Amino acid sequence: MTVILGQTFTGISIGAVLLLIALGLSLTFGQMNVINMAHGEFIMAGAYTTYVLQKSISDAGMSLLVALPVAFLVSGALGALLEWLLIRRLYLRPLDTLLVTWGVSLMLQQLARDIFGAPNVQTRAPDWLTGNVTLIGGADPLTVANSRLFILGLAVAAVVALASTLRLTPLGRRIRAVVQNRDLAEVSGISTARVDRTAFFVGSGLAGIAGVALTLVGPIGPTMGTNVIIDAFLVIVVGGIGQLKGTVIVAFVLGVLQSVLEYSTTVSVAKVLVLVAIVAFLQWRPQGLYTLRTRSLV
Amino acid sequence: MSSASIILRRRFLSGGLALTAVVALSACGAKTDAAGSSDEAAQADVSGDTVKVGLLNSLSGTMAISEVTVRDSLKLAIDEINASGGVLGKKIQPISEDGASDWPTFAEKAQKLIKEDRVAATFGCWTSASRKAVKPVFEKNKSLLFYPVQYEGLEQSPYIFYTGATTNQQIVPALDYLKSKGLKKLYLVGSDYVFPRTANKIIQAYAKANGMTILGEDYAPLGSTEFSTIANKVKAAKADAVFNTLNGDSNVAFFKEYKSAGLTAKSLPVVSVSIAEEEVKSIGSQYLAGQLTAWNYYQTTAGAANEKFVKAYKAKYGEDKPTSDPMEAAYTSVYLWKAMVEKAKSFDPEKVKAASDGITFDAPEGEVTVDGATQHLYKTARIGEIGTDGLIKEVWDSGKPIEPDPYLKGYSWASDLS
Amino acid sequence: MNPLKGSLRPVAGFAGAAVLLFAVAPLALTDFRLGLLAKYLCTAMVAVGICLAWGRGGLLTLGQGVFFGLGGYAMAMHLKIADAGPGNLPDFMQLYGTATELPWWWRPFANPAFALAATVLLPMAVAALLGLFVFRRRVKGAYFAILSQALAAAFAIWLIGQQATTGGTNGLTDIQGFFGYDLDDPVNQRTVYFIIAAALLALIALARQLIHSRYGELLVAVRDSEERVRFLGYDPANVKLVAYVVAAGMAGLAGALFVPAVGIISPAMIGIVPSIEFVIGAAVGGRASLVGAVLGAIGVVWAKTALSEEFPAAWTYFQGLLFIVALAFLPGGLASLAGMLRRRRARQRKATVVAVGEAA
Repeated sequence: MTVILGQTFTGISIGAVLLLIALGLSLTFGQMNVINMAHGEFIMAGAYTTYVLQKSISDAGMSLLVALPVAFLVSGALGALLEWLLIRRLYLRPLDTLLVTWGVSLMLQQLARDIFGAPNVQTRAPDWLTGNVTLIGGADPLTVANSRLFILGLAVAAVVALASTLRLTPLGRRIRAVVQNRDLAEVSGISTARVDRTAFFVGSGLAGIAGVALTLVGPIGPTMGTNVIIDAFLVIVVGGIGQLKGTVIVAFVLGVLQSVLEYSTTVSVAKVLVLVAIVAFLQWRPQGLYTLRTRSLV
Repeated sequence: MSSASIILRRRFLSGGLALTAVVALSACGAKTDAAGSSDEAAQADVSGDTVKVGLLNSLSGTMAISEVTVRDSLKLAIDEINASGGVLGKKIQPISEDGASDWPTFAEKAQKLIKEDRVAATFGCWTSASRKAVKPVFEKNKSLLFYPVQYEGLEQSPYIFYTGATTNQQIVPALDYLKSKGLKKLYLVGSDYVFPRTANKIIQAYAKANGMTILGEDYAPLGSTEFSTIANKVKAAKADAVFNTLNGDSNVAFFKEYKSAGLTAKSLPVVSVSIAEEEVKSIGSQYLAGQLTAWNYYQTTAGAANEKFVKAYKAKYGEDKPTSDPMEAAYTSVYLWKAMVEKAKSFDPEKVKAASDGITFDAPEGEVTVDGATQHLYKTARIGEIGTDGLIKEVWDSGKPIEPDPYLKGYSWASDLS
Repeated sequence: MNPLKGSLRPVAGFAGAAVLLFAVAPLALTDFRLGLLAKYLCTAMVAVGICLAWGRGGLLTLGQGVFFGLGGYAMAMHLKIADAGPGNLPDFMQLYGTATELPWWWRPFANPAFALAATVLLPMAVAALLGLFVFRRRVKGAYFAILSQALAAAFAIWLIGQQATTGGTNGLTDIQGFFGYDLDDPVNQRTVYFIIAAALLALIALARQLIHSRYGELLVAVRDSEERVRFLGYDPANVKLVAYVVAAGMAGLAGALFVPAVGIISPAMIGIVPSIEFVIGAAVGGRASLVGAVLGAIGVVWAKTALSEEFPAAWTYFQGLLFIVALAFLPGGLASLAGMLRRRRARQRKATVVAVGEAA
């Protein structure tokens, strides 16, 4: 029993990490249909921001909390810059965007290597995040790591913030208008170029926040982005492009699936099974879990 | 479409096919069984007043993290030797090639070093996969490779000198140590590639013969950074110790998860065989303090030779750069080659091989001796404990250098391993 | 323009390429460099398929590594069995495995005819299976790209996990013979090069025939406006499927010939990064132009070897920059530069000899 509960919670916490790294993509890829391979390097930028801040703010907890908004701004700025320099020229060519941003990701990785060195760097986690909470006591206790709870809370907060921005604010209305019908939005007086850039800023900024969270559970190095980028894209594709709820559901489902399979088989087998399941699922439902209904033929 | 163009196109197609057939037929060479021309091995070019050696390491890609440090210590050794007069009166000229963490590239660059640069010997490679990729190249061309990393054993190429530990100088002593401490229930965690899988096979065999039990065996793909499930499994298994053969980035995620799960070095120690000083620095002693490692050398190893090595390395590459076991083995390998060449009075690989048996060197890890039969080294095994300062402190050593036994022939429990 | 003159150009180009590959290169290059060229030509073979499927058909072929790997492993499995000799297991199985006989899925590859056919047919079958569903359901663009990458990742992880039967991360190494010929012999290495060069030329000719046929026109039409093609009564799914399957077969053949040329096939050649790299070469050279794609593929791998030796760190910046400039600012690749120059020259000529009615 404890095992099942424990694995379910592990799955949820894996799902929370997936959700955080994919959330920014749900905006840039899901809403704007841009395959940004450099998204992983924006996550990396967030993680390195935490590292740099920790050098000037000695208190680990304080520096982590400060890192969240700073990483959002750093990665967001990188994203807006990328959009302005390159991506706005490529909106109609998705594969070209993929390859161009892959080139960008290569360069950012090398840049990180030149600035911070090729080996991974370390950050200290604050003491209140290294322990764990006991949910069920007894001989076979079920414990949950504080860092995982923190990431789960962060993911939920980020989803709520993004969803309410999209639904309630004028910016969100403009983004939705551009996604649904770019030409109509343009003639209605919305500056689509500015909306694109803002959306890209927010999406990339969310990658920065994911980067801060990843410092608690994984390595911080030049290749950390490439490790997670494909998983992040898969979450969006399976969830359905342009659908936040699809992203949320799929992140948690994949997380639990992965953790259950890992427990009963091995990590490698679980990984292959999950990928094959995704390919099979997309054969059956190519538009993902939820689809955005449009009147276009394609 | 005009008819002329159709006719022409037919003609060029058939012409191309005919050309292909002619070339394919005329270019056929010797059959497998015929005496090939492979006997004429690429001769090393030692005519000038320098002798070229190849340095074959990944300078880019995922393995660059580790392999650049090996290249640096190889260069340090070469500089020292050149400053003291070179080898047989010739200065060593290193030719550095990038294996780019890609195995076919390693094979390609090895060929280049041997055939184009005509080096007298090559130093480098890290992963077993890269060694397996270059092994046929060195064997076919009858050229020497010095391989500086601990590995999974079960190999003995006539053209490779293995200056890192084989299994009976690292894994078996680590198991002996655990057994002596009464830690008899083990959990095995490793990255999914050759070294961990082979190492775990040996551990299984050892456990069977020594009354130890293996409670679980888990592999994660290389580069995998999600370890919460594995940490749960380890915790649930109630083992006495974890034997860790994870590589690279995975270690960071594993130890962070390990600590989060409430597991400590006291309650459930981890013995790692791929975590050296460089890795400790990037994982953080916050997560590692108190855990065990098994190597043949630590930066803290006592002795004048090591003091000199550490001092020279830091002077050349920076105070904050640690030295580690593979770096030491690489540094040692250049000096060993020099001693072999000087004993043979020749750069000819066959003569160097013939002269290799019994060569000793006062290495930073202590005295090492070349075993000519296996082309491995006699090395001292050491268990170390990771300190809060990021350095590794020796807690046990084998007392004297252990004879290399790559196929574990001297261990009855290992009889059906290879 | 004189129609005869227009159709002579490709013939002349083809003959020129044949002379370069079969006469100039073997004479001018050392055995070692010729071996490298053989490796580059294998990449170019993949690029021919990419030119067809992506350049002409608009399909996002990001999983070519899978097909390259299937072809390569099919060939290497046969060669390993042949090296081991009848009744023996390949060396790595004895080392890492416990089995005393070949796994069932290895056995058919002992037959050379089966293995040879499998190098091309296996990738084509997998591509057909994948493409059938994907194109029928009108999965487009981004989805297809991500799907291909997931497949590439899954295949690579699976291969790595099966160390006892696939060699794991090491892959299949140390391949000694090629259908009875000793690969150690420089003469035989040269023959392998000639076979690869001939195969490349044959694939180029095949792709050219396809591109200039009715099917080729249809493929471009599907790329540019799938709906219109559907309204005209064609099924775009079938049109796409053919291009995708042919490209997969070409990648498989390239993988199969890569094995005797390099003597190794490993999961490192299959995953996401190599799959992207296959596409990049074609993109830099010019995806829609056969010549551009082939030269681009050769050029990019050559530059990687040559420049990474000199500047391992700076090379990454240069590589990134090359992709960005070529793709963002030259969508037709370097091949389009030639077209631009030609157009500019034509415009200048037009400006001097003003022909009434010709100005568009």
